[in-house]
Amino acid sequence: MAMDAAEIERLIKQAIPDADVAIEDLRGDGDHYAATVVSAAFAGKTRVQQHQMVYQALQGRMGEQLHALALQTAPPPTA
Amino acid sequence: MSSNPVIQRIQQDVADNEVVLYMKGTPVFPQCGFSAAVVQVLTELGVKFKGIDVLTDPSLRQGIKEYSSWPTIPQLYVKGEFIGGCDIVREMHASGELAQLFQSRGVGTKAA
Repeated sequence: MAMDAAEIERLIKQAIPDADVAIEDLRGDGDHYAATVVSAAFAGKTRVQQHQMVYQALQGRMGEQLHALALQTAPPPTA
Repeated sequence: MSSNPVIQRIQQDVADNEVVLYMKGTPVFPQCGFSAAVVQVLTELGVKFKGIDVLTDPSLRQGIKEYSSWPTIPQLYVKGEFIGGCDIVREMHASGELAQLFQSRGVGTKAA
């Protein structure tokens, strides 16, 4: 079971439209990714809440089709 | 209290133990790299924790995901509060926040 990086990005952006998403396929196997997601929607939220927003965007695929997605989330740096 | 016996068991375990790690495998023999990484962080900090192996019980493996609305394992709980999975624990450890959190909750670490 694997997922395409573009599909992950599409799902995240669908739920969090302003998100800046960078995805890296860690092993080239379509199953182990690292994603960095930056969005103003994360401001004032805890890390757990931020990650939960991304997991929700993935609509249950995390832990199922997608075995490993190392996540880093943050609000945009204040200019 | 939930009527679901698995959820009740989780509530009991995180209430009875200061630090609980739901993981794949045991602290001595982790069965997954992510679980192993969190065990290593806790060991480095010298924090005593109860490891609960979800691989021994499919209903627990599912139940813990529902309990925290978190899709993956490992999951770390401190004084009943869900702290995060592997990425968050590693990030907090790197920044020193995790040691601070244990200290502020009165959980003994090596440093304290």
